[in-house]
Amino acid sequence: MNTKSLERIAPWLAAALLIALWWLCVRLFGIKSYVLPSPLETMQAIYKYRYALFVHGASTLVSTLVGFVAAVVFGMIIGILVGSSRLLYSAIYPLLVGLNSVPKAALVPIFVIWFGAGTVPAVLTAFMLSFFPIVANVAIAFATIEPELLEVMRSLGASRRDMTFKIGIPRSLPYFFASLKISITLAFVGSVIAEIVAGNDGIGNVMLVAASNFNVPLVFAALVVVGLMGVGMYAIFDFFDRRMTKWSVRGDGGLQQSIGG
Amino acid sequence: MAFIQLTDVDLVYGAPNSQKSAQTLAVSSASLSIEHGEFLAIVGPSGCGKSTLLKLIAGLVRPNRGSVTVDGKEVTQPLKTVGMAFQNATLLPWRNVRDNVLLPLEIVEPYRSRHRTEREKDREHAEVLLDKVGLHGFGDRMPWQLSGGMQQRAQLCRALIHEPSILLLDEPFAALDTFTREDLWSVLQDLWSFRKCTIILVTHELREAVYLAQTVHVMCSRPGRILKTSAVDIPRPRTLESTFEPAFVDLVHDLRHHIGLGKKH
Repeated sequence: MNTKSLERIAPWLAAALLIALWWLCVRLFGIKSYVLPSPLETMQAIYKYRYALFVHGASTLVSTLVGFVAAVVFGMIIGILVGSSRLLYSAIYPLLVGLNSVPKAALVPIFVIWFGAGTVPAVLTAFMLSFFPIVANVAIAFATIEPELLEVMRSLGASRRDMTFKIGIPRSLPYFFASLKISITLAFVGSVIAEIVAGNDGIGNVMLVAASNFNVPLVFAALVVVGLMGVGMYAIFDFFDRRMTKWSVRGDGGLQQSIGG
Repeated sequence: MAFIQLTDVDLVYGAPNSQKSAQTLAVSSASLSIEHGEFLAIVGPSGCGKSTLLKLIAGLVRPNRGSVTVDGKEVTQPLKTVGMAFQNATLLPWRNVRDNVLLPLEIVEPYRSRHRTEREKDREHAEVLLDKVGLHGFGDRMPWQLSGGMQQRAQLCRALIHEPSILLLDEPFAALDTFTREDLWSVLQDLWSFRKCTIILVTHELREAVYLAQTVHVMCSRPGRILKTSAVDIPRPRTLESTFEPAFVDLVHDLRHHIGLGKKH
């Protein structure tokens, strides 16, 4: 088998290996299904509760994506501003780091007081978690433009707008996509946390209800669904990344740079 | 009055109200007149303020004392009639070579406004330039597919595409091997006789300066000032053979001697 096709099936092999290990642990140590259900029991739970998982999964997906899209828009704007002005960088960046250090789970009760239980806290938590990596990456891309290139542009009489659209944004695309791939997974974490604490629906809510009924196979089924949605979204951004920032990977067959979340 | 005129220019780096010790006098009482269409070289050890002189002329920095005028007008903001090239090719990695060369036309007027309608003409213009520097057929390549010397050729095209009246070159060949560099000397000489723009070349390679320039200015460091000016009377077109002739060697030797003197101060 050549290396190319081996590379293609490697992720499936690794996943299969993990499931085998999981199954082996359950069998070998005789773990009860209300502690750790076997892969088969988890699959059965997914099938049994497929309708609920689909509806609540869709709800989680929507909350996640709304929060994430808001994070992309604001993250891009703030990132460009912070990255192109030294004054704004020194003024705002410490603030952003401080905000990002706040445990987001602790914010959920505050969001609930403000907006009530439901989807809004999930959207906001998803936004909060996915916002910072985008700002940081875009800002770095803008702040590290080669000074000679700026001099060339300035000597041509380029405006701020020219520099942003002709240099800054294209140059930041690889950084931007790397941050999208981190952020989308974090956005799922955010919305599920909020749903566990204060959701009326969504996968997080399913997990909370299932856990209080000791329906552990359903908890795991819900975890698998969240994981699959995360991988799916990651794959979509990876696809666009490869198409739009081909130039950042020299030659073909080189390792694609990607910082996974 | 000369086309480009520097009169008694001082430039200090470091915050204006910081302590004297934190400030560096990068250029001190520099005076220079450059005629239209002149090819001039500035040589000197690293850190002597050569690059600063270029930034002063381009209007990228303002002098603390003295004046810089271009075409009779005081330089108060970045000039738009300047082409620049550096030691790093600074090509945009997401554009192919032709689109890199065309970048200035998307920014500088009057090309900017007509760029969309006359795209084909601009592309032909870029191809002519690429051809001139020996990059025929490389327009569709990406920058990383080119060698260092080829990237520098492309950079020269980008610096010239908007037909600037002044070309500022900051050690453009310093990172290249000797043979590639000597090739590019002749390319640059051809470009100059083809375009007849004013070229100011900053370099620490004395042979390069004598090969290319009509006038060579020697600078020394701390504070950066102009020590000596020599005219180069070697007939053109100069070839690699010229660099072995006695007149050429003597001039290089003499310049080297003055840089040595400058260092002892």
